[in-house]
Order: sequence, then C-alpha cells, then structure tokens
Amino acid sequence: MRAEQISVFLENKAGRLAEVTSILAEADVNIRALALADTSDFGVLRLIVNDNEKAEAALKNRGFTVGKTDVVAVEVEDRPGGLHRILDILFKAEINVEYMYAFVTQSGSNAIMIFRIDNIDEAVKLLQENNVTVINGSKVYTL
Amino acid sequence: MILDIGFETMPREDLEPIVLRRLKATADRVYANVPFYRKKFEENGITPNDIQSLEDLKRLPFTTKEDLRDNYPFGMFSVPMDNVVRIHVSSGTTGKPIVVGYTARDVGTWADLMARSLAAGGATREDIIHNAYGYGLFTGGLGIHYGAEKLGASVIPVSGGNTKRQIVIMEDFGPTILTATPSYALHLAEVADEMGVSFADLKFKFGIFGAEPWSENMREEIERKLNLTAVDIYGLSEVIGPGVSIECHEAKNGLHIFEDHFIPEVIDTATGEVLPHGETGELVFTSITKEAFPVIRYRTRDITSLNPEPCICGRTHIRMNRVSGRTDDMLIIRGVNVFPSQIESVLMEIDNVEPYYQLVVDREDKLDTLTVMVEVGERLFSDEVKHLQDLERNIAKNIKEYLGVSAKVKLVEPKGIARSEGKAVRVIDNRKI
Repeated sequence: MRAEQISVFLENKAGRLAEVTSILAEADVNIRALALADTSDFGVLRLIVNDNEKAEAALKNRGFTVGKTDVVAVEVEDRPGGLHRILDILFKAEINVEYMYAFVTQSGSNAIMIFRIDNIDEAVKLLQENNVTVINGSKVYTL
Repeated sequence: MILDIGFETMPREDLEPIVLRRLKATADRVYANVPFYRKKFEENGITPNDIQSLEDLKRLPFTTKEDLRDNYPFGMFSVPMDNVVRIHVSSGTTGKPIVVGYTARDVGTWADLMARSLAAGGATREDIIHNAYGYGLFTGGLGIHYGAEKLGASVIPVSGGNTKRQIVIMEDFGPTILTATPSYALHLAEVADEMGVSFADLKFKFGIFGAEPWSENMREEIERKLNLTAVDIYGLSEVIGPGVSIECHEAKNGLHIFEDHFIPEVIDTATGEVLPHGETGELVFTSITKEAFPVIRYRTRDITSLNPEPCICGRTHIRMNRVSGRTDDMLIIRGVNVFPSQIESVLMEIDNVEPYYQLVVDREDKLDTLTVMVEVGERLFSDEVKHLQDLERNIAKNIKEYLGVSAKVKLVEPKGIARSEGKAVRVIDNRKI
C-alpha cells in the first residue's frame, strides 16, 4: 500500500524550482503532487510523479541530489472534519506524521492526501480497520 | 616613549656583536638540547662553531610549522620541563596544534618586550590599559597583560566578548589605551554607538591592534570612530607571542623588530634564498634569547619586506612593513588561526559528509564571519528538513568545539561549489582589509 515519493535538495535561490520543473518536463514526467519545505538557505521538494525512475535519472543526471521515501496516499472525505478524523486515528495510536500534502486531483468525491509517517505498515492497517481508503501505490502514480 | 633607550637606539655597530654572540649561544643550546636541531645541523654539515659572523646565519637550516607540529607536544623544548613555567598553544595546519613553552626568564623577556611595545605605542605607567585580547592558550591576552604590568600601567584584563559590559567599563574606569584585534575594535565602536556612547567622550589616546591582518584604510576608520591613534603590533606564539615588533606612534610607518632578541630575514618562498632589504618575501625569524623554545630560521609564512631606513622616533631597529598576506591557506578569523584542512577533519568525522566544502569569509558589521558551505550528497540528504537542520547545527557545534571559532554552516547542492580546473576552490575571502 506504500507509494514512493522522490525528494530533491534545492538551494534557496532564484530559478532552482524552475530548473527542476524544466528537467521533468523535458523528460516527459508528469507531476502528480508536490510540497516544498524550506528554510532561509535551502529547501526540500517532495514529489509524486507518474514515473519515478525516469524522474530520478533525469534529475541526478543534471546534478541534483535525489532521495526516495515511502509514503501513504489516503482518501480524505471532502467535508468538514474529513482530515481531522484521519489525524485523530493516528494521534490516538501515537503515530507521528512528519509532514503531509494534498493531491491536485480527487478520487471520486474524496480528496487525496500524502502522509509521511515512520511506521507505515501499522498506520495502513489502522486506517483500513477504521474504513479509511488507502490508495495502492501503483494507482497513485496514474491518478 | 622609548622604554629601553640603551637597546632600542643602540648604534648598529654596537648591536651586531651582541646579536652574533646571542645567536651563537642559541645555536649551541639547541644543538646540545634539541635532537631535532642537532639532526638538522648534521644533515646540513654544520656545527654551532661554524657560525663566525651574522652572514653565517643563512647556512643554518630552516624550521617549518610542520617541524614544530611533528615534535608535538614538547619535542622542541630546549630545557627540562621543570624549568618551564608557562605553556601556550597555537593552532597548527592539521589536528595537532603547536605547543610553546617559556622559562621564568622567557616570561620576563616577553614582559620586557611587551612593555617596550606598549611604550612605543604611546602607553606610560600613568595609563589604564583596557586589554580586550583573549586570555587563555592564545598568547594575546597574557602577553599584553604582563607587558602592561611591567610598564607599571594599570591593566584591565577584560579579555574578549561581553561587549556591552566592556563599554560600561570604558565609561566608568576611563581607560586610556585599548588593546584588541582591529576587527574587535571596530565592533566595540558599533556597540558603543548602539548604546548611545560616543568614543569622543571616552578617554582613549592610543590603541594597539594586531593578531590579524588589517590595512591603512582600516586604521583610518578605527582612528576616526574610536578617536585615538592606532598602531600595529605583530607577534606569533612560535617566536614569543605579541611583542616581536611594533609600530612607533610617532611614525606609524612599519613595525620595529626588537633585533636584540629576534633576527629577521625575508626569503624567496620557492628557493629559500635571502632577499635584499626592500624586497617582498616570506618573513623568517631566529630567536636569540629564548630559553625554553628557541627557533632557528623559523618560516612564519607571513609575507612582508624589511626597511632598514632610520626612523624619526630614534629607534635603530629595522622595520618590517605591514604583513600583506600568507604563503599558505591559513585564515585568521577574529584572531583565531583557521586552516581549511582543520575544517575538513571536522567534517570528515561526521557520518556521510563528503569532502566537498568551501569556506567563505566576510566582514559583516566589522566582525569576521566564517561560512562553511557543505555539499549535500545522496548519503547526507533527507526528505525531512529537521534532519538537515540538525546536521547544520552539529557541524557548527563541532567547528566551534575543535577550532574555537563560530561558523555558519550552509548546505548547498552538489557542484554548488565551484571547481576550478578540477581542484576545488576551498576559500573565498571577501574581506576588504
């Protein structure tokens, strides 16, 4: 049930993000979701794309430092309290969410969120027990 | 004021026989007591008896920073440890520092020379000296301190840091002489300004600044902002500490080297050949009165030239011009010697750090700042920002711990550090000195 995210180290200076999007465009890679965390000096760009291998190779080829991390894609009901319900389940089980971000597209009437958590297997099991839909990795890339 | 009229204004024809006698005595002593020197002399086919004139000095072998480091900690000492009363430490090119020792007589000699220096810089026994050089293993603080007491002045051993309190002390105690690194002097001026204190209302007359490179422009700025006359002082632990040479406040044009204790030479760095006066090269010192830690033809790596012209102040000792650079990659940051190789060893001790780094030195708000740029390779990278920030903090902490200098650590993309002809440019010094 895991999805793979790629992350890219960026210096916090003009044009670095555009450089990444340009490389991905040239490599014909489609960005499905992204989030950028930054400090005054540097940023970490996290991406879900339709072709990880292609994206990783293209970025490394141009000198970027690229990492891969397992994340979980979860359907979130598109109504007040939808996200809270999921976070509450994880909180009560003392599962820590390092960060999360949203998908651009919806799955039916639900939003999709990416969660970066340490104990993925336990979290997936718990969410499924609580009738939360966890989206299969392979499906995430092509949504 | 000339403190030691006898020696400082001695005609050169009288001075030279004394220098020769002291040189011979030093050569005898190191040959007898320091295995390193005996071996070096033997390799060069020379014994102390071969020194018959000052011209013979150039037959003696050079001593380098590496030689001192290789004999860490006490291998270069020329007296038994029970005669050593003081130890100081200077940073070396790699992990191992250089350790220097002083006998009671050496400490006395040093105090005499520092008293002479302070007097040349305008101090008298009536003055109150605000000594903002760091006290500790560094020779700056204690060197000035002993000289000030020897002179009979009142010394405030304020050391470095806690700048606001220093300004309050200046207002309340009314010191008349400031001793500090030039960059710290300018920092004091800024903090005073922020506190609404004007140096025009303080009592300073003279400032004696050294331990890092500075320029005529900086002198003008210091004199204007601190409302005092600024003179340059030079020294290095390997030779004795501060008090090897000093500008007289009358001329402020070159630093008189106390030739009755140190013989200066300027050499061609590549060939080792002694250069005529006026030509620029590497400064070399032979100490001729030190007991615990004499040096024979020690290559300082400082670049300057010598000026034998008589000076308006009446001193007959030769002057060295302001040090204009270094023959190696040593950086002096807020008075602390830093070699890129030391930063490299700190980085290499941290897991997954690759040897791609660059040091950027700036002067911001009058204080030297060191930024260490470290490339983030795949092994170092994390998708979590907090891990990367922890890494920055760890590197900075280790640099502070091992080198005693605060640094800002900046993570950069691989190849973010410019490579020139396959060789990384390790240091970018943006200071306008």
